Amino acid sequence: MSAPATKSLLSRSLPLAQAHQQRAILRALSLARELDAALAGAGLWPLTAARIDTMQINVGKLCNQTCRHCHVDAGPDRTEVMSRETMELCLDALSRTSIPNVDITGGAPELNPHFRWLVAECRRLGRHVMDRCNLTVLLSPSQQDLPELLAEHRVEVIASLPHYARLSTDRQRGEGVYERSIRALRRLNEVGYGDGTSGLRLVLVTNPVGAFLPGDQAALEREWRRELAARAGVRFDALYCITNMPISRYLEWLIDSGNLEEYTGELVRSFNPVAAAGVMCRSTISIGWDGTLYDCDFNQMLELPVSASAPRHVRDFDLAALERRTIEVDRHCFGCTAGAGSSCGGRTT
Amino acid sequence: MSDHYYDPHDLARFAEIGENQPELAKKFFEWYGAVFQDGALSAREKALIALAVSHAVQCPYCIDSYSKDCLRKGADLDQMTEAVHVAAAIKGGATLVHGIQMRNRAEKLSM
Repeated sequence: MSAPATKSLLSRSLPLAQAHQQRAILRALSLARELDAALAGAGLWPLTAARIDTMQINVGKLCNQTCRHCHVDAGPDRTEVMSRETMELCLDALSRTSIPNVDITGGAPELNPHFRWLVAECRRLGRHVMDRCNLTVLLSPSQQDLPELLAEHRVEVIASLPHYARLSTDRQRGEGVYERSIRALRRLNEVGYGDGTSGLRLVLVTNPVGAFLPGDQAALEREWRRELAARAGVRFDALYCITNMPISRYLEWLIDSGNLEEYTGELVRSFNPVAAAGVMCRSTISIGWDGTLYDCDFNQMLELPVSASAPRHVRDFDLAALERRTIEVDRHCFGCTAGAGSSCGGRTT
Repeated sequence: MSDHYYDPHDLARFAEIGENQPELAKKFFEWYGAVFQDGALSAREKALIALAVSHAVQCPYCIDSYSKDCLRKGADLDQMTEAVHVAAAIKGGATLVHGIQMRNRAEKLSM
């Protein structure tokens, strides 16, 4: 089977492009139990924030790829990108806190015209910066010098690659993506990323290519390290395994392939109280392209802003109030509490 | 009673096999779990072996189960298809090598 091409839900004018439609589909499912009951059983209800150690900034939905599992519904047709003015508000908020980590995501965040400026300013504030990179963007004509710039600013690169072999990677991301991803990884290796001694950290991220939970992260990391070295001469520092969330284009695929009930059922059956205690929303604040504050990037795409008890826009950023907030949860959150747990930093247990 | 021999929902009921002989079932499931842990072979290699054997013993429950398990453990469709070919080659070869027995018998009986 070849990889079917896809376009954003929005460009196809599908009802599923609307966040409320996605939430309605999840709400209509018959589940063995609800998240609030599961969290209560684990002594975690209501789920509350803790100390925030990461500001995740989603700088827009524009992307050079249109992956079939994308929870952002990102693509080349998307026009929502964070303005320089909103970035200035983020930096102002950041400067008034000691939040140590800034996690820049998208879309392809590098395609935001102010990305490089944002990276430099975050570093000037002394914060650790992470770039969630789809790899192929590094081969764009306008981004040829990006590996050197990322290295200069000591940015941690967190790069998506579904599989170490071509077959599964191209099925999720489109024909030719594997070859281009490997070329981009070699470019990163050339400037010192992933060599284990330079301090330039290169993390790979894999989402399952289908309707199943990720396998054991440590075992997969060993295999990936061996296989990528042998097949492509590529080095990296760590592998994160992330569970696919049943929203947006992955939700579309679950419905079309007849996997929605079985997959969501497995997420619910696999609820892990230890994973639930370690969910990343408790220590993260997520900022949307327009400055709205969310508990996580998934809530952002479902248009569920932070609790009304806290400020909801970065211009009103109040760290103390945000660290006291109750997290907004719904059925999709079973994706982060299943099995070994899932977060932007991989497994949580 | 269903009106067919195999029902996908029965896979999730596997544990019910312990209802009349719980001690035997306990021993089986503990041993089964231990077999598939990382050891001299990785859990992924064991899953691929299990997938191949599932085809050789033609168990639809096992095929469903180990197809998903192989994917979770990082195998792709190229690797899984090769594993099934290994099972097919052994089954085919096992059939064919019995032809020597046939030949021995035929030669003994024939003038």
